[in-house]
Amino acid sequence: MIRLAAQRIALGCLLLVAASVLIFAGTQILPGDVAQSILGRSATPESLASLREELGLNKPAVQRYLDWLLAFLGGDLGTALSNGKDIGESVAGRLGNTLFLAGWAAALSVPLAIFLGLLSVRYQDRTPDRMISGLSLASISLPEFFIGYLLIYFLAVKLQWFPSVATLNADMPLGEKLRTIALPVMVLTMVVLAHMMRMTRAAILNVMQSAYIETAELKGLTPFNVIRKHAFPNAIAPIVNVVMINLAYLVVGVVVVEVIFVYPGMGQYMVDHVSKRDVPVVQACGTIFAAVYIGLNLVADLVSIISNPRLRHPK
Amino acid sequence: MTLRRIPISALIGLILTGVAIFVAAFAPFLAPYSPAETVGDVWEPASDQFWLGTDNLGRDLLSRMIYGARITIFIAAAATALSFCVGAVAGFAAAVAGGLTDQAMSRSVDLLMSIPSLIFALVVLSVLPSTVLILILVMAVLDFTRVYRLARAVAVDVNVMDYVEAARLRGERLTWIVFREILPNALSTLVAELGLRFIFMVLFLSSLSFLGLGVQPPESDWGGMVKENKDGIIFGIPAALIPAAAISVLAISVNLVADWILRRTSDLKGGRS
Amino acid sequence: MSRQIDDYVRRTTVGLMSRREFFGRTTALGLSTAMAGTLLATSVKAMGPNKGGVIKAGIQGGESTNSLDPALSASSVPSHNLTAFGDLLVEVSPEGEIVNRLAESVESSADARTWHFRIRKGVEFHNGKTLTPDDVLKTMERHSADDSQSGALGVMRGIESMSADGDIFSVTLSTPNADLVYLMADYHLVIQPGGGFDDPASGIGCGPYVLEFDEPGVRHGFTKFANYWDDGRGHADQIEVVVLNDNTARAAALQSGQVHYINRVDPKVAELLGRAPNINIESISGRGHYVFIMHNDTAPFDNNDLRLALKYAIDREEMVDKILRGYGSVGNDTPINAAYPLYSDDLGQRAYDPEKAKFHYEKSGHDGSPIVLKVSEAAFPGAVDASQLFQQSAERAGIPLQVERVPSDGYWSEVWNKEPFCASYWSGRPVQDQMFSTAYKSDADWNDTRFFRDDFDALLAQAKAELDLAKRKELYRQMSVILRDEGGVIVPMFNDFIDAVSTSLGGWVGDPGGGSMFDGALVKAWLL
Repeated sequence: MIRLAAQRIALGCLLLVAASVLIFAGTQILPGDVAQSILGRSATPESLASLREELGLNKPAVQRYLDWLLAFLGGDLGTALSNGKDIGESVAGRLGNTLFLAGWAAALSVPLAIFLGLLSVRYQDRTPDRMISGLSLASISLPEFFIGYLLIYFLAVKLQWFPSVATLNADMPLGEKLRTIALPVMVLTMVVLAHMMRMTRAAILNVMQSAYIETAELKGLTPFNVIRKHAFPNAIAPIVNVVMINLAYLVVGVVVVEVIFVYPGMGQYMVDHVSKRDVPVVQACGTIFAAVYIGLNLVADLVSIISNPRLRHPK
Repeated sequence: MTLRRIPISALIGLILTGVAIFVAAFAPFLAPYSPAETVGDVWEPASDQFWLGTDNLGRDLLSRMIYGARITIFIAAAATALSFCVGAVAGFAAAVAGGLTDQAMSRSVDLLMSIPSLIFALVVLSVLPSTVLILILVMAVLDFTRVYRLARAVAVDVNVMDYVEAARLRGERLTWIVFREILPNALSTLVAELGLRFIFMVLFLSSLSFLGLGVQPPESDWGGMVKENKDGIIFGIPAALIPAAAISVLAISVNLVADWILRRTSDLKGGRS
Repeated sequence: MSRQIDDYVRRTTVGLMSRREFFGRTTALGLSTAMAGTLLATSVKAMGPNKGGVIKAGIQGGESTNSLDPALSASSVPSHNLTAFGDLLVEVSPEGEIVNRLAESVESSADARTWHFRIRKGVEFHNGKTLTPDDVLKTMERHSADDSQSGALGVMRGIESMSADGDIFSVTLSTPNADLVYLMADYHLVIQPGGGFDDPASGIGCGPYVLEFDEPGVRHGFTKFANYWDDGRGHADQIEVVVLNDNTARAAALQSGQVHYINRVDPKVAELLGRAPNINIESISGRGHYVFIMHNDTAPFDNNDLRLALKYAIDREEMVDKILRGYGSVGNDTPINAAYPLYSDDLGQRAYDPEKAKFHYEKSGHDGSPIVLKVSEAAFPGAVDASQLFQQSAERAGIPLQVERVPSDGYWSEVWNKEPFCASYWSGRPVQDQMFSTAYKSDADWNDTRFFRDDFDALLAQAKAELDLAKRKELYRQMSVILRDEGGVIVPMFNDFIDAVSTSLGGWVGDPGGGSMFDGALVKAWLL
């Protein structure tokens, strides 16, 4: 088990390098460069040439990539070409905010989704199941900004319970912080809840027909305990995969929510720098996002193996 | 099997999905106006003339919804089907083959997942023509990774079951095992995912077409119509709410059908209830 | 009745009544709008500004890539920052007159070639250094160097030499320019200590507010500078720019009282938003305009009949009605409108005419292949919608226009000024000379219609040196006519700047230079 994990982590590091090469190649294929986008409509040939020189864009692409990689391995993320800010510092703050938001959203949505999934199975095809199904499908099928606007309108403008601008800063006490991020957390929860809930339901229903479930029922366990003790552990592989996909989304995919609530996270930071072709920042963010995917996929695979005795002890 | 055996909920889902497909297929005969023509004032409320009111440019919302159904359902369904077939088959194959093949395929998928989709889409836009086919392919490529992971996870569990072991000892080929042993036992989990993937595609479609990929104005999908009218949402403008409601109804009906299939497939397997 | 009016004036001044309501009620009492406006302005002035408090603005137009370097400022958030921490030599007032700021007085030689700016004494930078003419000189040098990255580089062309001597900063031009002082009011030309050569993005200036925190793409905060020289500005103790790029989020922040004003209200919701009792819509017409630009040197747009066909095929009234919802005015295929000094109002308005469009289209001999118009939402708010209206009205004239939506990402570097037919906008310039020199002179930096006409250039040079205003006006008129009838620019509309302002904010005076009091509301307005 530990050997497997170590092997996967080593592979993951190689994958990260490969991902960073692909991201770098992508930024090179995109038309335009950072000098052009900094100067924008005021660009003249002279100013473009001087800025390119100043930013080191005249060096060959391979050399720029290797320079970046070496510095990155040494822990130096460099400075943003567009505004000269230190990338390490900006990323640290933004990543912290992103994880804070994603963490609370996950802490709320994952247990809730699994609980509602179990509840749905328990009351399959009866009113609670139907209500949970309908509401969660309705919420998942609305675009994120739609849910965001509705919550802003009712909870921020009309009732004034929570602020619509979720700008976090370091010196807020925790309670204040939680109030500030309440609306974005609710939106994210509504967006990811249905997917995890429905997968829990489907995966458990799939194992409910097995013989050992029948045995458990005959033993006289309550229906809920049958599901909790016998069905759920055997359905864990698909559930954990869907949970991981949604956790990854919470970290890398919340640009729209960040824009609406002015939340200073990684998503908007990366999008702004992609449009400015600020390659070092895109590289730094892209590599972190890649690490999130690779790491979460690794966790999902390990959990699947641990949860299944036949996989844990291969013949 | 007779109609009477279909439960009410599935019947509702089937009927609504059927209506949506019917509307999409016969759009030119059903729409009262051209979807591109401005016929009234901006954001007019519903009236005898415009049954659902007008949109942000004064076009008839009903006509746009009808034509929008076409684009939305066709593209989302095509992309979902493609992503599903590729993702599920590849995921099963990886699980059954195991070893180095599995490792190579799974890590390639990890790599593909870790490229930010914005960069992926922009690169595609800059090197390939912006057509509907390309749009469908991009959506399928970005999405199949999720299906692959789920399919593989389910298949790995099935793969170690005794009956698969037996088939393997019998010397069955890989394709036989994938389609005869793994697929039936993993189907119900995947069907549940299928319904949701379809919704994600509907929503994903509008973000990509707003980037300039595929669907070009004046054509629009339902998600795109919500976006076009989004400034009106908090003022309760129908043009912003109706397309959103339509997506929800479609989502719920497709999943009602999926639930029904899910139950039928699990019935077939165990046959206990 | 006059007591009634006085009461309305008082209540409006302190913000208990919206301006709209005020005008509605006073006109009901038989007062003209102009008179009511004067009454209100006098009252507001007499009340005087309140000091103290925190003012927050919710502003669209900020990214996490923004820098505090004045040279690189190109959108509303950076420009809000500049007015907070910086000051200019001179400014243009809302009425279009020059206001001295760091220059105490401005003089020019009789031929308008040499200009002298007497620099104000006793002005202090935030780092404690005292302002000298040398700082001014260095600043101007940084913006005018050949390889400068400054957005003001264009206006600095034509300067032959600059010098600082005693209290005087002098500029000598290669050719006379009666409008030079307007060029010096460019918002990029914020005076920095040592010209900002060492640390251009330090955010240190001699403006009313000192930078407190700088979080690009999120918010920027400032506190009052204790030693600020001008008592007429910087009324609040603290100000904050909150970056709110999403239209609905911006409106919601104002409605829930988290900010005191927001910029760029979507015209479609302006009226809906203004219905709230504590919010006023402040709109002002300016010189900004939305355009569709054709390259005069690229087929098929090198054919003037095709250009005219497209100009006749656009329904300007419909665009002002549907895209701007009345918050704007129709354009006339010239960048000049009534907001400019020396404007001639007798040009004759071009209107939608499918017959004429068809006539010119057939005369042009175009082969009937679709004419592709590239557009993105980045071009201007509602650009994609406006293009669809254009496509429809052209279709009615039998012209096959095809709208192609391209990504906003990279629009200004890959599409604008490269594709022969695309959508764009101009924010306008304070004077006609500058507008023409920036975009329509043969060798202009941003000649985005590829308009190369010697006779036009000659008229421009002649007008620049012409000190007789009547004659100059006539020259400008001729130039507008040339552009309208032969140019590559289609100007369907001039947009108003629309802000939404909380009734708790006083001292709001619209500025045709730009929205949010030309991005200066945080330093000029006050809390009631």
